[in-house]
Amino acid sequence: MSAPSSSFSEIWVYLSASPLLGLTVTLLAYQAAYWVYVKANMNPLANPVALSVAMLVGLLWFTDTPYATYFEGAQFVHFLLGPATVALAVPLYANLAALKRNLVPLGGALVAGSAAAVLSAVGIGWALGASRETLLSLAPKSVTTPIAMGIAEKLGGLPSLTAVLVVTTGIVGAVLARGTLNLLRVRDHAVRGFALGVAAHGIGTARAFQVSETMGAFAGLGMGLNGMATAFLFPVLVTLWAG
Amino acid sequence: MLAALTVLLVYQLIGEVLVQLLGLPVPGPVVGMLLLFVTLLLRGTAPEWLRTTSNALLGHLSLLFVPAGVGVMQHFQRLGAEWLPITVALVASTIITIGVTALVMRALQR
Repeated sequence: MSAPSSSFSEIWVYLSASPLLGLTVTLLAYQAAYWVYVKANMNPLANPVALSVAMLVGLLWFTDTPYATYFEGAQFVHFLLGPATVALAVPLYANLAALKRNLVPLGGALVAGSAAAVLSAVGIGWALGASRETLLSLAPKSVTTPIAMGIAEKLGGLPSLTAVLVVTTGIVGAVLARGTLNLLRVRDHAVRGFALGVAAHGIGTARAFQVSETMGAFAGLGMGLNGMATAFLFPVLVTLWAG
Repeated sequence: MLAALTVLLVYQLIGEVLVQLLGLPVPGPVVGMLLLFVTLLLRGTAPEWLRTTSNALLGHLSLLFVPAGVGVMQHFQRLGAEWLPITVALVASTIITIGVTALVMRALQR
């Protein structure tokens, strides 16, 4: 047995090498952030993803823990993005009637929104002098994380930078959607949700589900469709552009 | 809950296998979502147990983005050097995308 004075650092050495710590601090940070979000009356500025990320980055920086070590635990949470994406079929099906009624408006809005997301991000970034790698990582920013990372990798961007830009876009969208849509006098929850899903993927969808189930279902639809549209159209666009 | 989670994982697995076999450019979970949607269409109803678990999972969707978001710490240098174009492009493009999508959808609804 070791002396008590050294046992804390031994426990730390043991814990920092196991996935338990990364997983636990992720859940703790998120619940603390969610508590703050609820206390703030779900004000979009108190976005729980932004708050948790800030807390965790601070913690890792303070304890000098590399991201890779943290991710060994956090990957179990990250993994659930897959089944959660599949689960989007359920609210989508629950809103089948509204979906059928809106087939043409949804198709048109998808094409316009999808193109606007990529072109405006790359155009503005290019005009302000962003590097090529940054531009390629920025292009799929409105698409849900796993799809966006795949696209960035194919194009020669940096997948891990894309993940960060995607999450940031989601937070920005969740924060700014209410003001933007109120300014444009868009009241219909189906329209509000779809716009939020196309622009701000899963984080926008999460925000939409907190407002209403209809808004959430249409946001999930927007996120899924934009993911597919961008994944299929993007390689074609880039081939045309490069060739 | 266990049955629903199994269903979701099986559909994801089928999606991943199809993507590999057919060389599709989309991620497996998206194909899985499409297949589950088609299944529900054919069955004509979504079972209660599947709805409960799906809603529980989607209710905390934002938690699932936290690990990727923490990855920001690997990119502080680049973000520091290019913060202006990145910030302006992200914020402006997100507002533009929300506006364009909403306005086109509303215009086509009439």
